[in-house]
Amino acid sequence: MITLDELLEKDRRREEDGFKRKIRIGRIVKPGTGGKEKIIIVPTTVEEKFVHDEIRLEQEPGEGEPTGGTGEGEEGEVIGEQPVRPQEGEEGEEGAGEGPGQGEGGEHELESNAYELGKVLSQDFQLPNLKDKGKKRTLARYIYDLTDKNRGVGQILDKKATLKRIIETNITLGNIPDISNIDSTKFIISPQDLIYRILSREKDFESQALVFFLRDYSGSMSGKVTQTVVSQHVMLYSWLLYQYEKQVETRFILHDTEAKEVSDFYKYYSYKVAGGTKVATAFKLVNDIVERENLARDYNIYVFHGTDGDDWDKDGKQTIAEIEKMLTYVSRIGISIVEHSYVGSKQTEVENYLKSSGILTKHSNLIKMDVLDENADDSRIIQGIKQLIS
Amino acid sequence: MELVSQHVKGIMEECKLRAMDHGLTFDDETLEYIVTNRDMIELSPKVMIPTLYDYWVHDVRVLSGKGMYEAYPSNPFETVINTRPAISFYNDNNPDWLNVMIFYHVLGHIDFFQNNLFYKNTWDIDLTGQALSDKRMIAKLRSEKGRWVDYAIEFARGIDNLVGYHRELNLNILNESKQPLNRTDFYFDIFLQKIKNVSHNDYLKEITRYNEGLHNNGDFFNLVVNKYPEFEELYRKELLIKRKTELDIMEYIILNSAFLKEDENEWIKAVLQIVRNTSLYFQPQIRTKIMNEGWASYWHDYLFMRDDRICGHEVDYAKVNAAVTSMPKVGLNPYALGMRLFQHIKDMEDRGCYSFDYELLKDEVEKKKFNKAKDSGSDYILKVRENFNDFTFINSFIDQEFVTAHNLFVAGKRFNNERMSIEYYIKSKKAEDYKEMLVDTLYHPPEIFVDLSLTKNGVLYLNHKFESKPLKTDYIENTMIGIEYLWGGPVHLETSEPATSGKTAAAYANFWDPSSRQTEEKKPEPVKWKRMLYIMENRKLHKREL
Repeated sequence: MITLDELLEKDRRREEDGFKRKIRIGRIVKPGTGGKEKIIIVPTTVEEKFVHDEIRLEQEPGEGEPTGGTGEGEEGEVIGEQPVRPQEGEEGEEGAGEGPGQGEGGEHELESNAYELGKVLSQDFQLPNLKDKGKKRTLARYIYDLTDKNRGVGQILDKKATLKRIIETNITLGNIPDISNIDSTKFIISPQDLIYRILSREKDFESQALVFFLRDYSGSMSGKVTQTVVSQHVMLYSWLLYQYEKQVETRFILHDTEAKEVSDFYKYYSYKVAGGTKVATAFKLVNDIVERENLARDYNIYVFHGTDGDDWDKDGKQTIAEIEKMLTYVSRIGISIVEHSYVGSKQTEVENYLKSSGILTKHSNLIKMDVLDENADDSRIIQGIKQLIS
Repeated sequence: MELVSQHVKGIMEECKLRAMDHGLTFDDETLEYIVTNRDMIELSPKVMIPTLYDYWVHDVRVLSGKGMYEAYPSNPFETVINTRPAISFYNDNNPDWLNVMIFYHVLGHIDFFQNNLFYKNTWDIDLTGQALSDKRMIAKLRSEKGRWVDYAIEFARGIDNLVGYHRELNLNILNESKQPLNRTDFYFDIFLQKIKNVSHNDYLKEITRYNEGLHNNGDFFNLVVNKYPEFEELYRKELLIKRKTELDIMEYIILNSAFLKEDENEWIKAVLQIVRNTSLYFQPQIRTKIMNEGWASYWHDYLFMRDDRICGHEVDYAKVNAAVTSMPKVGLNPYALGMRLFQHIKDMEDRGCYSFDYELLKDEVEKKKFNKAKDSGSDYILKVRENFNDFTFINSFIDQEFVTAHNLFVAGKRFNNERMSIEYYIKSKKAEDYKEMLVDTLYHPPEIFVDLSLTKNGVLYLNHKFESKPLKTDYIENTMIGIEYLWGGPVHLETSEPATSGKTAAAYANFWDPSSRQTEEKKPEPVKWKRMLYIMENRKLHKREL
């Protein structure tokens, strides 16, 4: 049976032959309680053909795709409902927002390139502005390196060290009568003289980081916009997981006109579409949490926010105020604005007020913005991540 | 993978006898294998054909299937493949009584494969053998050409949903009937309509004259020859012309691609042919899902309920059967729907409801009481399983009686702004709407063909027939890169796209943001369409409006 690495290797060769890559790395996330989700990495691919698009053009706004049903009742009668703002603590209630009976069977496969990405970009990605903030919780990163030396056995013979050792031995044995005329063929070599380098685990201490993921899940976010935001955050999140072996702490916040914290990433990415949009609420909630739990003292704090740029707070007064406050303690704010394709060349509200407030230039070291199109592909999304954490 | 034990095989043989007594017909020989769930995962990307050619997409599917199994283990009861002899796969941990039920279900499938006319082209092929030789062929090519074989497979599979399945089937059935075109058909279908282009009125007059001629034994063609002296000569010529057949895209490329005509590229034709044949083989299965599953479920229920081996396991059976064939409150279950529809058809036919007398009744009570005691339902459903596919099955037999009897409805889904919830509601209980909703779920690849009049100067011109549905634009580029490769020159694709999609989306955004702009309660305008031309040249895609 072919392995994942062989498949990826094969896929890499496509580029040499002038074709686009086809394999994406997806992950199946099996939700568990209390953030103990099981993540299984699997490859996925799409066989592209000419097929009909499934969009329904005549559909009225706010109306979903019809399906079959059975049971008592009259036409027009409501037979069930599903809250769009999921209740915390109601496990198993959330679903994927698609409603029952869609044959999903809990197939939460997100495509993300995350694993590959983590591997490939781990050198390029570095959390910016990391400061030492005490050792409340050690963040250890392990590196394997051929640094330790060992006599007798090991992986690589250290020739220089070995030669030194041999000469030392021979001097003590009186085997070198004339230093100016050494005859190396006369050397006596003991097995203990051979010095090897061996693979060892190095611990790398770093300051602890806390990452807030913020996502707009208001009504306007439906469709590709959410997909793009989520896949960008998935990549960031999985890269963090890969790189720091789950040692980075993460918090997840969703907002429409009000913000709420959810307990794990699964909920964060699967909850769908609710009401209007007030961006400020999310930033305010972060500020409140940081203040209440006194997090700024011990952590490097990173905030990533994803939105389509809609905000009821048109000039962003409240939002800017909250961001200003945040800038006093945060190490980096990264805002991704994913534009609907119908927006055209117009600027969205969030983009507009962020730019006109001047924050972006005044604190260019602390806050970054990335504006992308809802049809952005993976490479564009990755580029965006680099921009956000540069 | 091993054959079932003699004991289990005995149960199967017993089931066969009883199934045949009730009118099912199938080959005597079948093969039953015990497989593990792991085997199933490895087989399913190869459409359960163990000997299908190797391809990396299958490997990707296997790996993701394994991951899926790790997260969500499942235990399929059976899988049947349409081969001669029919092969079926089972889990090994079933008790005898359950095996009886599963075997009846499997025999339903086998009977369907071997009798439904849409499978006609698969009857004379030994698929496992064919697939094995294809697999060896591909393996041999791979050892010579390396990964380019995989590209050839990929590009061929990119268009394997556009194969001319219906045309192949039609040819087969026509060849069998071997009826030469008779003089009357030629006169009315070809001569008047295509050669003479007579007016509608004149055409109808001729038909009336022909019908009158039938009554008084007059010689109809006497007058025809007087009027058109060339008629006989043209008729004779027509008989000599072999029926010209339209080629599907894959065939057209195989026969006409300049690139494939070069000696070092000949081998790609073989790959195209293999992919095309494999696709053709599976076409009937995709198009008869509801019927096939419904038919198997109908028979496992019918036969097992009348089998003494159910004794003591009635409750167990009820549980298993309910899990397979219950109708979900919201959603569709093809097993359940097909089974109920077959039961409904049998009942209607038993009472003689497929008749004018019944159709003319206006009174609901009369309709319910209607019973001519024809009791011909069993034969009738055997005919239905022989002559229908999912579309015709649904389109012909879903009637208001069926929808009402099973409390079926079209379930709608909408957003409730005040309650912040998604509501499910009964959108319609009309048979017509239910039918439409079902038909929308059926397999329906786009109809795209080579436009011969515009295919010239090395350009392959494809035309997508307009059916009020756009193509999925994300997939167009890679598909066309593949066609360009196989064709060895530029490829044009003419298709339709909605011209007003932006507008409805903007209205959607307003809906959520009442504070800014006034909510427009207008319905979105009817979609306008524009004709687009996609041009693929040197692996670059352009498009322009026509």
